[in-house]
Amino acid sequence: MSLTLDDIKRVANLACIETSETEATNALIHLSDIFNLIEQMQAVDTSSVNPMSHSQDLVQRLRDDMVTESDQRELFQSIAPKTDSGLYLVPKVLE
Amino acid sequence: MQWEIVIGLEVHTQLSTQSKIFSGAPTRFGAAPNAQACAVDIALPGVLPVLNHGAVERAIRFGLSVGAKINSPSIFARKNYFYPDLPKGYQISQYELPVVAGGSVKIQVGGAGNQYEKTIRLTRAHLEEDAGKSLHEDFQGMTGIDLNRAGTPLLEIVSEPDMRSSDEAVAFAKSLHSLVRWIDICDGNMQEGSFRCDANVSVRLLGSDRLGTRCEIKNLNSFRFLEKAINYEARRQIEILEDGGTIRQETRLYDSDKNETRTMRSKEDAQDYRYFPDPDLLPLAISEDWINHVRTMLPQLPEVRRSNYITEYGLSSYDAGVLTSSKEMASYFERTVELLPAQAKLCANWIMSEVNGRLHKESLDIAQCPVTPAQLSLLLLRVSDGTISGKTAKDVFDAMWRIECNGDADLIIESKGLKQISDMSEIEKLIDDILAANPQQVSDYHSGKEKAFNSLVGQAMKATKGKANPSQVNDLLKKKLAG
Repeated sequence: MSLTLDDIKRVANLACIETSETEATNALIHLSDIFNLIEQMQAVDTSSVNPMSHSQDLVQRLRDDMVTESDQRELFQSIAPKTDSGLYLVPKVLE
Repeated sequence: MQWEIVIGLEVHTQLSTQSKIFSGAPTRFGAAPNAQACAVDIALPGVLPVLNHGAVERAIRFGLSVGAKINSPSIFARKNYFYPDLPKGYQISQYELPVVAGGSVKIQVGGAGNQYEKTIRLTRAHLEEDAGKSLHEDFQGMTGIDLNRAGTPLLEIVSEPDMRSSDEAVAFAKSLHSLVRWIDICDGNMQEGSFRCDANVSVRLLGSDRLGTRCEIKNLNSFRFLEKAINYEARRQIEILEDGGTIRQETRLYDSDKNETRTMRSKEDAQDYRYFPDPDLLPLAISEDWINHVRTMLPQLPEVRRSNYITEYGLSSYDAGVLTSSKEMASYFERTVELLPAQAKLCANWIMSEVNGRLHKESLDIAQCPVTPAQLSLLLLRVSDGTISGKTAKDVFDAMWRIECNGDADLIIESKGLKQISDMSEIEKLIDDILAANPQQVSDYHSGKEKAFNSLVGQAMKATKGKANPSQVNDLLKKKLAG
């Protein structure tokens, strides 16, 4: 599978990363290298190997359903750019 | 042209845990903004999610109650999109290997008399975290963000496109709503957003086996809106197709004020969520032991209870359905009928009409009913043994509701002198007096005017202040007039 410049621009757009033409072209070269490596790996026959979703062969530890956090709003909001009536304020968004 | 509507539902149920799905912050509704959003919920750098045992257990409970497969391992994935009420820039959800796979729910569609049963297949149910809330009212020209809801555990239940009318969709949503409350995994509070539906709607020519292009209607938070939105949307699609147009696949919003749906976003700018396994969360292993333990803790399901009511008490399928709509309702019915086993139908009728009607009128829950099952069964005993008529019983019930005489039916009947006159001689004397006082009606009756008879019955009931048994009065009057 080969990557196109359009793919790069689309992914950059989805990730909300502004990219210039040169940056996009550079990214295309880097990502294509990675894709080539993936292609090389995909040539290996793995039909007898179970797929893993995580690099470590461990299982998830669970926590008991208990409230352990207290209200630290004031502390958290002390580093927020703008707040009002306990709300974080962000530039206006409407879908 | 005959059209068929095809509907699939996605239902978000908020799980009734104390703490959030990946953090120890509380989930209580109605707290001050951001007072329940901890470092994990607001996604400060360096924090890690730790999965809540209670959320997984509730998902297993659901899976077992719909006969689904519980996946182990089950995998968490990142669903990537940008919105300020999603501080991480992704939602932790499940994509491949959700906790619950498959299963089905039986629904009863239609009212008393024309009811039919249908099985709706489930595709899956997966765990995920809720997002925060954006407040678009004017805050210095900006949007306000409350992250209290961020990280609240949700179970998203996805059905197959098995429903063919808004009635079936509503019946399915109601069935699910009653089930998740029955098995105690969700409080079902729709006003607070604990149970919200998205509907996928498409239409096709009757007989066709190909699905039409669907539209998804988002965030329907009442059964009435669900029904109206589907009906509107199906009509809209049929009109377009009959005019020779084509349906665009898109996400639509239902506007309840205007009763219409409108485009929210079309497929072209639909999000590409770029799901991938969340490296912060290891695979979830659910042991057979755990599953078996959850199975033993599961209450008897409404479906089983329903068929018991039909076979044990001879109730209709419809009545049994209403009485098993919630665990509290079923328990109220059972505690009433326990004391009056021979009168199950009478108990069922009274609970469904008088008790339910009154609760509804006063916006009360059955758990808050001022008349206890024991008190109700005493009242119904007095109806069945002929002490009072069904009509008088409604007055007594009214007094019981106001907790007069401690809600004791016997004391109320006594103190208000409502006992039915069963002494025949007393009634006979009354009727003789009425016949003597109304020669005109008597002769009218004899000349074939039915109306005259009703007027005489009415007078007799009035004279006894409703305390005479109406059928006895009827019989006696007929006998006297004939003789």
